[in-house]
Amino acid sequence: MAKRFGDVVALDHVSLQVAQGELLTILGPSGSGKTTLLKVVAGFETPDGGTVKVGGIEITALPPARRDIGMVFQNYALFPHLSVAANVAFPLEMRNVGRSEIDTRVAQALAMVELKGYEARLPRQLSGGQQQRVALARAIVFNPRLLLLDEPFGALDRKLRETMQLEVRRLQRRLGLTTVFITHDQEEALVLSDRIAVMNKGTIQQVATTTEIYERPANDFVADFVGESNIFHGTMSAPGTVTFDGGRTLQVRSEKPAGAKVGVLMRPERFAPSGANVFTGEVVESVYLGTSFKLRLACEGGLELLVRQPARGPMPAAGARVTVGIDPESIHVF
Amino acid sequence: MKSRGFLPALPALILLFVFFLFPVVRMLGFSVEGGTFDWYAKALGEELYLRVFWNTFEIALLVTFFCLLLGYPLGFLMATTTPFWATAGFIFVLLPLWTSVLVRTYAWMVLLGRNGVFNRTLIESGIIADPIPLLHNFTGVLIGMVHVLLPYMVLPIYSAVRKVDPAIPAAAAGLGASSFAIFRRIYLPLTLNGIFAGSVLVFVLSLGFFITPALLGGGRVMMIAVLIEQQVREALNWPFAAALSAVLLVFTFAVYALAQRLTRTETAR
Amino acid sequence: MKTSPSRRLLVVACGLIYFFLMLPLLVVFPISLSSAPYMQFPPPGLSWQWYERYLDDPQWIDATWRSLYIGGATAVLALALGVPLAFALVRGKFFGRILIDRLALAPVIVPTIILSVAVYGLFAKLKLIGMWYGLVIAHTVLALPFVVLVIGAGLRDFDRSLEQAAEGLGASRWRTLARITLPLLRPSLVSAGLLAFISSFDEVVVALFMAGANMTLPKKMFDNIMMEIDPTIAAVSVMQILLVSIVLVLIGRFGRGLKDSAR
Repeated sequence: MAKRFGDVVALDHVSLQVAQGELLTILGPSGSGKTTLLKVVAGFETPDGGTVKVGGIEITALPPARRDIGMVFQNYALFPHLSVAANVAFPLEMRNVGRSEIDTRVAQALAMVELKGYEARLPRQLSGGQQQRVALARAIVFNPRLLLLDEPFGALDRKLRETMQLEVRRLQRRLGLTTVFITHDQEEALVLSDRIAVMNKGTIQQVATTTEIYERPANDFVADFVGESNIFHGTMSAPGTVTFDGGRTLQVRSEKPAGAKVGVLMRPERFAPSGANVFTGEVVESVYLGTSFKLRLACEGGLELLVRQPARGPMPAAGARVTVGIDPESIHVF
Repeated sequence: MKSRGFLPALPALILLFVFFLFPVVRMLGFSVEGGTFDWYAKALGEELYLRVFWNTFEIALLVTFFCLLLGYPLGFLMATTTPFWATAGFIFVLLPLWTSVLVRTYAWMVLLGRNGVFNRTLIESGIIADPIPLLHNFTGVLIGMVHVLLPYMVLPIYSAVRKVDPAIPAAAAGLGASSFAIFRRIYLPLTLNGIFAGSVLVFVLSLGFFITPALLGGGRVMMIAVLIEQQVREALNWPFAAALSAVLLVFTFAVYALAQRLTRTETAR
Repeated sequence: MKTSPSRRLLVVACGLIYFFLMLPLLVVFPISLSSAPYMQFPPPGLSWQWYERYLDDPQWIDATWRSLYIGGATAVLALALGVPLAFALVRGKFFGRILIDRLALAPVIVPTIILSVAVYGLFAKLKLIGMWYGLVIAHTVLALPFVVLVIGAGLRDFDRSLEQAAEGLGASRWRTLARITLPLLRPSLVSAGLLAFISSFDEVVVALFMAGANMTLPKKMFDNIMMEIDPTIAAVSVMQILLVSIVLVLIGRFGRGLKDSAR
């Protein structure tokens, strides 16, 4: 199965494909266009150009009611005047499914999200996590061709959010649901996704697997948005060597031709006490994070580095001189 | 311009055009029948009628003043008390509001008449010897109108006081402000919009008031609305009634327009 | 909580103001039960005679029924026209929307006497004077602003993601309206309908001009007050106050909160 989201003007020439059974996350800051993209797919906005296809069939002109897309809204959008069972039964009734079949499928769906026994409750009598489960059951009960999740965990506290994330992931795998998930939380995206599409200012910056996004970001924005990072710019002075403006050089692994302007990404946790590239600097700021120390180093040549070290021994105080190293394999050039 | 969702408005619009806008414009048209402005000259030139306008204006101002005087404490108390008492307060404001004006006017006649409850009580307790004239005069109309229009003042003031974050007066008290200072320096400036909205509403409604002055005024207190009714029903002088209506309408809209301008500059600041 | 002297003063003052507000409503109760043949206070004794006189007089009963069905018809018509209008004004995007918004609220701003005289002039021409449906039409014009205000407020607070959810789950526009939007707006609908009913049931000025020989209850009361002050009116007033109380209780129970409608 292939899906294409194409050429939307509010979204600048966005094109995406989601594979059958895959969980694709659209990750971006607010205002990046991810919600617009979702609305176009769900049919609440019409694109100014381009097409939306599900399973090879174009649905661009179809009203939302006929798209067969299950959606979980940010605030769940449970119908407050209907019971849990009636909420879940709603999409089946709209499809004129017979009463006895509705009952069976609603029971199945509620069992799947572990809400047996809550059928008669009203949404306001449920906790946030339970409301979330109802919304999920309602979105999958009619076997939609595609499941859309719009920042569904935003309202939950941290612990509950992590439980729900894993649960959604399990359910999605088990049912083989093709899913598009929207979030601004990069950690959440890394936990849940098969692939991530990073969006900014209406364009897709990079679409790749989670490891690829983290290890080999395509540009500054992706590198900066996902995880902590040290990003510098320089020129390839020779194969495998980057020279910065201050004259400092760095040994890297890269096929880029000499003379090319490049960006360099070093993740803070990749620094070791020694390595092929050595930095010495003064600690400007140090923070204790339990499992690690987070240090900000002012190095020679005006470079400022963010470094994480395992929390072992005393934490280097501000003003102390620290030397760290990093190997070429741990540096990503783009 | 792209237009969306207009159709549902159409039936109501037709009703408003045919049975509201058209008749009003048609009636106002009578005032310039024959191409003369004589009726306007009569309405605005003759002392008799000018005095009616002035009367109306004076009553409206006084009613607004008394409504504010009585309405502010009520709105304030309702907005700052416990939910139970606020609900009770609401009932006591809304019950009179939705009770027929006729019932209330009748009750005031019973209360204020020569042999009414007030005068009887006062005479029997020996405070006065002869009944005080309270009905069929200025005082009676004023009392009746303040009673009818008071809820229109209370409700906007209530919502204005509600909007004041209770932490602000609490902070002021913590900084050493007295109750009076808190009212004058905090509540009064923050609720000016509500005071203004209520006052404009009461004033405009007073201008066009009919039932209360007609019954409690007993023909001795003439307001524009009463004059218009007389011209139509007794004198059958449609053109003059139309001219009076036009003047009243212009007055009403002018007050509204002025109020809107003032609130706009108020919020712009 | 400690009550400051100024707060106590405020409470006392408000007590007096509430007394002023409620006094006319309370005074009609003893009068309506008076055994005296004319207005006398305090009543020398108790009797049901004024209620009996009301119930035995076909004119009063006719007027009451007429007011009830005119009020009911007004509520129905005002909702039928006002609800779609409120939808258009809150959700539509079209040329002249603000102008139409002003027009819909104008009947409360334009003095009722002007509206009455104007509509009277037109209806006299159309021979609609004394027709109950003529009054329904005029009362609907007057009730429309209440409906638009109450329903408009309900719609503005409405969470539209619920409608999107319903559509996304396969409901057509109409089914969404019937299953989601209108059921959720029910409190506003109840309040708007009852307010429209009461506004017609209480209305005097238009009725004064247009009822003709077929009197409504307020018109009958007005004429009686003009002619003679007879405690039958007190009995009618008591029933009117009780009816309004019931309506307010209904609004409080099934409608959008009273406090919300103040905004």
